[in-house]
Amino acid sequence: MSREKSLVSADWVTENISNPNVVIVEVDEDTTLYEQGHIQNAITFHWRDDLQDGLIRDLISKEKFEALLSKSGISNDSTVILYGGNNNWFATYAFWYFKVYGHQDVRLLDGGRKRWELDARPFVTEVPTRTATRYVAKDRDNSIRAYRDEVIAAIGVLNIVDVRSPAEFSGELAAPAHLPQEQGQIKGHIPTAKNIPWSKAANEDGTFKSDIELKELYVGAGVDLAKDTIAYCRIGERSAFSWFVLHELLGVANVKNYDGSWTEYGSLVGVPVAVGA
Amino acid sequence: MKTCGATPGGPSLDGLLAKGIDLRTQTIIQGVVLKAGDDGVPNGTPVGNAHVRLLDRNGEFTAELPTNSQGQFRFFAAAGAWTLVVQAPGARVEQQVTAAQGSLADLVISL
Repeated sequence: MSREKSLVSADWVTENISNPNVVIVEVDEDTTLYEQGHIQNAITFHWRDDLQDGLIRDLISKEKFEALLSKSGISNDSTVILYGGNNNWFATYAFWYFKVYGHQDVRLLDGGRKRWELDARPFVTEVPTRTATRYVAKDRDNSIRAYRDEVIAAIGVLNIVDVRSPAEFSGELAAPAHLPQEQGQIKGHIPTAKNIPWSKAANEDGTFKSDIELKELYVGAGVDLAKDTIAYCRIGERSAFSWFVLHELLGVANVKNYDGSWTEYGSLVGVPVAVGA
Repeated sequence: MKTCGATPGGPSLDGLLAKGIDLRTQTIIQGVVLKAGDDGVPNGTPVGNAHVRLLDRNGEFTAELPTNSQGQFRFFAAAGAWTLVVQAPGARVEQQVTAAQGSLADLVISL
C-alpha cells in the first residue's frame, strides 16, 4: 500500500516531534497562521515567496531548491513531514514539488492544520533553529508534471480531471469563493474534463477518505484508471491534492499535475473551452 | 443555534474598496462567529480560527476559510442559496444563506 509511505497521522507526528531525522514543514499561502502557532519544531515555507520563481511563472530552479532545503536544515535522507491550512492544499502542492525534485522520503500529515486544531492538539510559537545542510536535488521529474501542449493533446484522449468546485467548473465562479471574483481568465473548463472536486476525496475534518471510497470516486465518475491522467485546478495546488490521492494513495501510474492549470489554460488564445455542468 | 441578523458583524468593506474592487460585481457572504451564551444567543466573544465552509445549493464544497482574530470571515460567491458550516473544537453548526450580486449577506453565527 502507498498510504503508509506517503501519509502520517497526528499521533505519528506527536511521537516523532523530536526525532532528529524528521523535519516538519508547514506550507501555506498565509504564513501568519504559522506565526500565531504551529506544531512544535516545525519550520515554514511560503508557497509563493519560497516556492515560486517570481520573475517567470515556474517552480524555483534546482539550485534554488537545493539552497532552500540546505538553509532549512533538510538533508537528502531526512523524513520530511508536510502540513498546512486550507485542507492541506499547499502542503500537497509542496509534496508534489518535493517529488518533482526527487526527495525520497516525504509524507503528508493527514488532515493538516484543521484536524490538528479540531483535536485541540498543541501549537507553539517558538521557531526552531536548524543546522544548515548541503542538499542535492535531482533533475525535475516531468513524468508527474503536465504542460499546456500535452493538456491540449489530451482532450478527448486521456483522462482530464478538473478538481475545482462545480461552480468554477461550470463557469459560475472564476475562483474559489474566498477570493474576489475578478480574474483575468475567461470562465469554464477544458473540454472532456471530468469534474471531480478535490473535496470529494476528503472528509469534513480534512482527512482523506478510505482507499475503497477514493477508488470508487474516480472510477464511478468515469475515469479509466488504465489510461494516463492529468489533474488541474486554478493554480495547481488543489490538483496536487488530487494528484496525491491518485498517485500516492491509490498508486495509479502516469498521473500528472498540470500546475499551469486554469490561470494558464483560461488565458490561452484560441484553445477550446466548455461551460456548464 | 440562534442567529442575530440585526447586528451584522463581518469585516469592514473598506479594504476591498481600497483595492479597487467593484462591489457591484461581487456577491459577498460574510459574518462573525461568536460564542454562544447559556441561552444560545451570541455572548459577544469572537471565535478566532473557526473553520467556515461554504457549500453550494447541492451541498458541494465551494470554499473554506479560518475566521480571523475577531471571528470574522468573508466569501465572494454567486447569486443563490448557500450553506455555511462552521467548525471549532467540539462544535459544529450549519447556517443557510441566500446571496445576491451587489448586496451584502452579513451574518452573526453563534457557536
